Amino acid sequence: MTGISDVTAWAAIITLGFGTYFVRASFLLLAGGRAFPTWAMRLLRYVPVTVLPALAAPMAMWPRALEGETDPARIAGAAVTIAVGILTRSLLGAIVAGLATFLALGALF
Amino acid sequence: MKDLPSDPSMSAAEPDRNPSASPFRGDGEFLRGFRSGALAGIPFMVVVWPFGLLFGVVATAAGMDLTGIMVLTSFVIAGASQFVLIELISDGAPVIVAILAALAVNLRLAMYSASLAPYFTGTSSWVRAIAGYFVVDQVYGLALRRYQDRPEESRARRIGYYFGSGAPILPSWIAGTAVGALAGSAIPASLPIDFAPPLTFFALAAPMIRGVPNLCAAAVAVTAALLLAELPWSLGLLAASGLGMGTGAAVEIALARRAAARADAGGAAR
Repeated sequence: MTGISDVTAWAAIITLGFGTYFVRASFLLLAGGRAFPTWAMRLLRYVPVTVLPALAAPMAMWPRALEGETDPARIAGAAVTIAVGILTRSLLGAIVAGLATFLALGALF
Repeated sequence: MKDLPSDPSMSAAEPDRNPSASPFRGDGEFLRGFRSGALAGIPFMVVVWPFGLLFGVVATAAGMDLTGIMVLTSFVIAGASQFVLIELISDGAPVIVAILAALAVNLRLAMYSASLAPYFTGTSSWVRAIAGYFVVDQVYGLALRRYQDRPEESRARRIGYYFGSGAPILPSWIAGTAVGALAGSAIPASLPIDFAPPLTFFALAAPMIRGVPNLCAAAVAVTAALLLAELPWSLGLLAASGLGMGTGAAVEIALARRAAARADAGGAAR
């Protein structure tokens, strides 16, 4: 890779690979075989509705492709995706509606 | 309260005494689950591979060779962190900082792992070791949604669904990267493929936002994520998720208390 030696690049790849695997497998490997306490289950129920939107919101608000400049088409696309997803509970419906909004507005501006 | 999933550990504890407890033997439940999972995963191929392609293009432009790109992408399978690694190293950051930042982006996968673990209670450690490799945003989102919608499904079927949903998604990511790395500069730079990941993440989460506690949890998480976006090493993401989860649990408890108090008052009036 530019600026670093091949050995360093491979070390980075292997370290990130093993590190990521252990992060992923952590609780599956450790906790399998016994149940979680009630309070932990209550918190974990909210993992999907918090982590995914928290990951996506800054990406939609300050897109890297536009060097962080806020784009109304992306915001509208994200808002439509969330609204359609909540109202119809259809994952594909949400993606199609959000993408259509984004592309339509992107073509307009 | 009926929106809440039943405690998975209760149903998962049962099949341990069953001689066909291995998810790969028995009455074909694993395969049935695998098939539904694969069907649910197939649409994601459309949104996953352009993101992989984008990564292939970016990594090639940063000067990585094809072998390195392919090993990285199939070993790590976590797009956001791969972009962080490439971007920081290209910016001249120390390699150890780049690796730590990329790992921090992946800390959310530990939360997914913890959230999935109760559904894997009682499976053999090698099933869980392979399942660990499949912990990616889309597989997690699909699996959790299914488990919450159908708490009555057998463990073998759940595990089949999990691996089934990963079966079309993981290879799409790897194949997309390969195409991007090979095609490289032939991809028009104006194509807004960067919007595919956030769109996918919103679409995965939104159908699971049901009821007041979920709505509060998601709203707090999004607001906090935007306010804390400047924090380094994904600390904003971790803090925002934690705040959202705490809010959801607190609202859930408050609503349950209020319902209980109302029931008591109704009983006393009678």
